[in-house]
Amino acid sequence: MKDINEDIAWAKINKDVLKSLESPRKLYWVILAVAIAMISVAVGCEVYQYNMGMGVSNLNNPHVWGLYIATFIFWIGMSHSGTLLSAILHLMHADWRKPIYRFAEAMTTFSLMTAGLFVMVHLGRLWQFYYSLPYPNDRGLWPNFQSPLLWDAMAIFTYLSSSILFLFVGMIPDLAICRDNMHDGWRKKLYTWLSLGWEGTDRQWRNFRITYLTIACFLIPLAVSVHSIVASDFAMSQQPGWHVTSFPPYFVAGALYSGCAAIITLFIILRYTFKFEEYMTLSILKKTVRLTFAIAMIWTYLNAIEFASVWYGHDQPSKDVLIQKATGPYAPFWWGMIFCGSIVPLMLAFKRFQTNIPVLLVTSLLLNLGMWLERWMIVAPTFSHGYYPWTWDHNQWPSWVQWGIVFGSFGWFTLLFMVFCKVFPSVSMYEVKEMVYHRSRATKKLEASGMQAKGAH
Amino acid sequence: MSQRHLLALFSNFDEAEQVIKELRNTSIKGFDVNNDLVVKSPIEHPEVEEMLGDKPVYVQWFTLFGALMGGLLGFFLISGAQANFYEQIKGGKPIVPFPPNFVLTYEMFILGGVFITILGFLVCAGLPARRSPLYSSKVSEDQIGILVKADDAAISTLKNIFTKHEALEIQEEAGK
Repeated sequence: MKDINEDIAWAKINKDVLKSLESPRKLYWVILAVAIAMISVAVGCEVYQYNMGMGVSNLNNPHVWGLYIATFIFWIGMSHSGTLLSAILHLMHADWRKPIYRFAEAMTTFSLMTAGLFVMVHLGRLWQFYYSLPYPNDRGLWPNFQSPLLWDAMAIFTYLSSSILFLFVGMIPDLAICRDNMHDGWRKKLYTWLSLGWEGTDRQWRNFRITYLTIACFLIPLAVSVHSIVASDFAMSQQPGWHVTSFPPYFVAGALYSGCAAIITLFIILRYTFKFEEYMTLSILKKTVRLTFAIAMIWTYLNAIEFASVWYGHDQPSKDVLIQKATGPYAPFWWGMIFCGSIVPLMLAFKRFQTNIPVLLVTSLLLNLGMWLERWMIVAPTFSHGYYPWTWDHNQWPSWVQWGIVFGSFGWFTLLFMVFCKVFPSVSMYEVKEMVYHRSRATKKLEASGMQAKGAH
Repeated sequence: MSQRHLLALFSNFDEAEQVIKELRNTSIKGFDVNNDLVVKSPIEHPEVEEMLGDKPVYVQWFTLFGALMGGLLGFFLISGAQANFYEQIKGGKPIVPFPPNFVLTYEMFILGGVFITILGFLVCAGLPARRSPLYSSKVSEDQIGILVKADDAAISTLKNIFTKHEALEIQEEAGK
């Protein structure tokens, strides 16, 4: 299978990637227009909710979290694969990540930003958002430092700011390339300012290498802690269906899963829109697909563990919630989750589908639909069927306001992401150069020693 | 004696390595290879950097300091708020509960570590930096630059070495 050409001229790498900042295919503008239309739906719904009060969203006892928190978890989860690709695979010296990790990191940043919006939307009283931040009690607010909800705010702030810094630091050498090659104008000024005077000196590279590695080391436990804390929002409560020991690893696996599926979707879109066929190769797509399949199976296993531990446990209310999920009003969505999350990914095991772009586009969207349903199926059924029968309510559904805001959040993410890819290089130029340089050296060494170069990467 | 800069551009790392080797092995009056030589390259290249001699990196000390300070700040901020027990009645529970406080301490540990690592990177790499006296945008594309600073008397010797190793281009700072 065709991979990145090892003999590709470095100047061509610069030229191809810089071209993506200027002339994408028409589809780019179509995507942007659709994203803006989706955002306007969400803005309209939010303005209406802000004026009329939270009642219009149909968030009421017992359904106090609804789609907002389910979608918040979804977007937090989406962010994890950026860290997986950029940090974990960086430490493992998996060089195939190099052409695609930049957009995965951007995905991390923008999905966290989108997730943060849901906390505010859910609060209703936007002007009191700062109540959720951990700060001392002197103002009589009594933040509960023992609550996972407060840990969440701190963990997400740490993750978001660290991800932005990681993305920025990793981009400095490329920003210098943009600075050196762009014509005068606002872009050149922006790149000059952001590249901080980078010239690729040995001193700069030496410190860059250690810094990048160090932040990567910090980001991995941070990513795990963020989603474990989100899982603790549920697992540390006493609600049936939530009080499960395996929730943190289950959430982390789910996060990696939805993130990997999103990477496949974005890979396919970027590859076409920005004409990156030479860099985002089918060989890289295949590796990403295999990784997604492996994570899908881990997620399926952890799902089975959760069901089994509830089923064979002696907590009848938890069992009732599980039965409700499978047979009650949420059953179509719950089975949809099982189908999209555990059955659909089986297709990825077949070689012929691992590089079939139309099939992968549809599959990755279905996987993410499954993962969104998973989050909704964690939140809603427990609220509808708690410990006490007088709190049960199986017929309260989210209003169009909630659906509208959730729908618009996808537009918001898409807009941020696509604008980023148009303003900043979404393929790391210097890392692709490093990759082809080391590969060609390895090939030459092998050839010199009389061995055939095969499967070195 | 006044000093000037020279920038030589090479098409590959092997040539640049040869030049550095020769500069290290040749004693040139008015030129200190340890302090007056900078390699500029489009990608990181530890092998070439090694040839420049032992140049330690101190970023990790910033990291250690930042992470410890972040963790301590986090812990004492939370504990300080919790220990304000004249205002907050704890009902017999620990005033400063360690297990839940560990989570925020841990997050602050990472936050401090990352922020101060970035600061350390900027300090140690000398960023933000002003444009050096001689620069070529080819360095960010596909060429390797060797920037040297030397007394006027040493310039011609250095130029000869660069020319011998087939430098693609030699830029020279105007004399003062």
